[in-house]
Amino acid sequence: MSQTRFTKDHEWIKIDGNIGTVGITQFAQGQLGDIVFVEVPAAGKTIKAGGEAAVVESVKAASEVYSPVSGTVKEGNAALPDAPETVNSDPEGKGWFFKIELSDLKELDGLMDQAAYEKFCAELA
Amino acid sequence: MRYLPLNDTQRREMLGAIGVSSVDALFRDLPKAALASAKFSLPNTASEIEVERALGTMAAKNLNCGAGPSFLGAGNYRHHTPASMDYIIQRGEFLTAYTPYQPEISQGTLQAIFEFQTQVALITGMEIANASMYDGATACAEAVAMACRLTKRSKALVSGNVHPHYRDVTETTMKFLDVGVECLAPDPYGIEDLIGRIEPEHACVVVQTPGFFGHLKDYTVLAEAVHKAGALLIVCVTEPVSLGLITPPGRIGADIVVGEGQSLAGPMSFGGPGVGLFATREKFLRQMPGRLCGETTDEDGRRGWVLTLSTREQHIRREKATSNICTNSGLIALAFSTHMTLLGEAGFTRLAQVNHAMAVSLAEKIEKLPGVKLLPTAFFNEFAVMLPKPAAEVVEALAARKILGGVPASRFYPTYPELKNLLLLTATETNTAADIDALVGALKEVL
Amino acid sequence: MTIPTTASGNRGLQLEQNLIFEQDTPGMTAVDLPAAPKVSERLGEMKNSKPIGLPGLSEPEVVRHYTRLSQKNYSIDSGFYPLGSCTMKHNPRLNEKMARLPGFADVHPFQPISTVQGALELIDTCASWLKELTGMAAVAMSPAAGAHGELCGLMCIKSAHEANGQGHRKTILVPESAHGTNPATAALCGYAVESIPANAEGRVDVAALKAHLRPEIAAVMITNPNTCGLFERDCIEIAKVVHDAGAYFYMDGANYNAIVGRLRIADLGVDAMHINLHKTFSTPHGGGGPGAGPTVLSDKLAPFAPVPMVVKVGEKFEAEEHAGHGAAKQSYGRMKGYHGQFGVFVRAVSYMMAMGGDGLKQASGDAVLNANYLLARLSEEMTPAFEGPCMHEAVFDDRFLKGTNITTLDIAKALIDEGVHPPTMYFPLVVHGALLMEPTETESKATLDQFIASMLHLARKAKSGTAEAEFKNAPMLSPRRRLDETKAARKPILRWTPGAGDAAKQAAE
Repeated sequence: MSQTRFTKDHEWIKIDGNIGTVGITQFAQGQLGDIVFVEVPAAGKTIKAGGEAAVVESVKAASEVYSPVSGTVKEGNAALPDAPETVNSDPEGKGWFFKIELSDLKELDGLMDQAAYEKFCAELA
Repeated sequence: MRYLPLNDTQRREMLGAIGVSSVDALFRDLPKAALASAKFSLPNTASEIEVERALGTMAAKNLNCGAGPSFLGAGNYRHHTPASMDYIIQRGEFLTAYTPYQPEISQGTLQAIFEFQTQVALITGMEIANASMYDGATACAEAVAMACRLTKRSKALVSGNVHPHYRDVTETTMKFLDVGVECLAPDPYGIEDLIGRIEPEHACVVVQTPGFFGHLKDYTVLAEAVHKAGALLIVCVTEPVSLGLITPPGRIGADIVVGEGQSLAGPMSFGGPGVGLFATREKFLRQMPGRLCGETTDEDGRRGWVLTLSTREQHIRREKATSNICTNSGLIALAFSTHMTLLGEAGFTRLAQVNHAMAVSLAEKIEKLPGVKLLPTAFFNEFAVMLPKPAAEVVEALAARKILGGVPASRFYPTYPELKNLLLLTATETNTAADIDALVGALKEVL
Repeated sequence: MTIPTTASGNRGLQLEQNLIFEQDTPGMTAVDLPAAPKVSERLGEMKNSKPIGLPGLSEPEVVRHYTRLSQKNYSIDSGFYPLGSCTMKHNPRLNEKMARLPGFADVHPFQPISTVQGALELIDTCASWLKELTGMAAVAMSPAAGAHGELCGLMCIKSAHEANGQGHRKTILVPESAHGTNPATAALCGYAVESIPANAEGRVDVAALKAHLRPEIAAVMITNPNTCGLFERDCIEIAKVVHDAGAYFYMDGANYNAIVGRLRIADLGVDAMHINLHKTFSTPHGGGGPGAGPTVLSDKLAPFAPVPMVVKVGEKFEAEEHAGHGAAKQSYGRMKGYHGQFGVFVRAVSYMMAMGGDGLKQASGDAVLNANYLLARLSEEMTPAFEGPCMHEAVFDDRFLKGTNITTLDIAKALIDEGVHPPTMYFPLVVHGALLMEPTETESKATLDQFIASMLHLARKAKSGTAEAEFKNAPMLSPRRRLDETKAARKPILRWTPGAGDAAKQAAE
């Protein structure tokens, strides 16, 4: 059964078993504007929750994408560096950044669900 | 004061609009004690004539290189400046413009930068170049820092043929980043073994061509060894005119080429401002320091240029930027580019040929002097010679005869007694056969 | 009436100009050289056998090329340039004339010291003015620009801490409103960076600063006047608490032009400050440089200053070029080739001499007066970010645009059509939609009034709710309209390559 969770840094993670797919949210891509550059992590990299995992840049801003959970990267989205605009057009689908094997499923409990994240964004606006 | 357009009536009107009684009231946030204690012992406003007199007197105390034969190099070279080059860089639209942050009204500067980037890439044999650094020495330090970021290593190996200022600036910069810089001893005979010294921890190896002592060396085999060790080869060029005649560093395997553009960008001006050249391979683009100009189109689809990939830079990336550089050497880069455009392929290669021929002509006469040994067998427009007596003394004696007869190596290496008699001599297109005869004649008396 | 389409693409005096690489006449050159002596080459194996790829043009073609390019640029010579934090003041041509005196321009950095006494005197003169104006003990002349001067200051600070057994201090405090160079410089000097917040009136929050001070803090970097155009009125107290905590006070001198000739920064408790000669002392910006960033130092930091240093011995000047000896015994080393930005020093001294101490004081007064005049007059339609008086620059936020769908960027681009260079936009970061205006002292009241008329006109038009499309399309009248920065960044084209021009030509047709 899959579920999606969100961070305060506007990453989403979609869980399937012990594998999570991570990207940035619709809200985040809207804030950044046209994405011009993306750097995704290589498979095998181990990351702690909240650690820098990827980079996303627009013309005037650069942001780190933090991993919502601890674990080992299984795959970076190889299509993304050549087509960074995908993050704008489909941030929560084809614009995913990396897949990670979670080392501690309990970490998900600290993340927001869809409703909580929507409320969080509404307060920011 | 002629630079200040307001008169007292206007000042009063403006104070009225602001609603304060005096200019001093606008400075009310300044600490009173500091305002009260500020007394300055400075002269008052001066007319143009007075400034010209004062500075003219100061300038006249120097022996300028055009006043007699001069053969100075060591990273700073006297070349002829085309009249139209100096005219172009004094056009107010170039001289008094800011960094081209508003591209719609800065296309002139931007297109010139794009052309500069292309010229630098072409002559160094590299894929891309940036819009300039401060000078060659700081560009060298930036290149080492970039190599450390790319390789995730923190040691560098610097050849003894690298300009001592490039070495020193790199060493200074890197010690604050805890990067160890291993500098080999000065190598006037061009015999050092770099390959044997490469270690797995090295991020890069730094060499210079032509070398500080004039040697022209083929670094192809070194490049292979450096790459095999997972490190990068950084090549410094202090005399870019050489690139009109010798194989560009990009073709012998350089990963980053840095250099000083001064020799093609106008007067020596006591060594500054110069212009740092910085070129590399496209795959290293994201770690490159400095501004970059790129091609795009405007809303009407017309070709135009903008500063791009700014997310590498300090004004966006702050402490994670690739460098802290902001102001670079824009106008000197324009001078360099204008000169390159005036020269073109034919003029550039011809300029290099004339330089080399003058230097060979000088070498032929110098090496015949008794007790004088020419060190490099292959060189461009500069070479080291070993004299039978201390070079600094010889240079002073020549200066007394109004001849600027080279740079003594002891100026850079005061702690190396074996370099005491070593002199660096340069000849360029600004020298004549009569200059060479004057130097050789004077050396016969002095040595 | 619509603008007619021309066969050339030119629009009257706005002339299109191809790249030099697209104007190649093979074999052509604009530089003739004397004959070379006949010798046999000594290039060894390094002789190049392949073409380089440079285009050939004649002298008239080159002069026209660059003249046309120049005409696509805005400049201080041609118009009002209120670019905040950049100090676009008049650049006197006297400076250029002086820098071109053969005794200054045609001098080599490694001539015998006896032949360059005038050059060393010039450096010493520049240093003396800077020390007199700031009251500081010493000045390091070699930094090449502002950011390089910051680096010099922090390197002195790090060296001093290490010499005093304080090497554990690894963090620099920087206000949120700081220029990006401050944190970037700290990182380049091997320091961690911590942000300190501003208070509601746009100044450093002294209480917050105190809370951040602890034994790991090496220094605090504060721009004063700050990037919001305000004087840090608590700076003496700031210096005191910083010093009490064993740290140093670095003042970013980017805005020194607002206070020059009025107070000595030594009296504020400053340990180091760089001075942008290309701002305060009128040397030209040249489309991005060169600048110079001499850095004044307190007596605590002076011993660590970089080489080279000019030293006066009796009536003669000497240059100490090596760290570890004489005056440079504790110097941290060399950070720039040769003797610094000498040609920039000549221009700055030419300006200092022309202005005199009285002129410099008048200049900072007029700069502040002009900024406050803009602040007062523009407040009629715009929203100042902070209460005045301001120093040499006035900052507005975008509250006056609320509900219009028109942004700071749109206002800036519309100003281009008004014939004005836009102010600095979206900086400082702490002001929402900031427009930072620095008129400088070299603008007449008539110029300011014209600008005010343009600015008020645009503000009213934006608020009218009827001109959104016009703003979004601005600028219409410049050599180029808004450029596609996304396209430039996604697929970077950073140089001309053979054949690329054909595609560009097709696009233009």
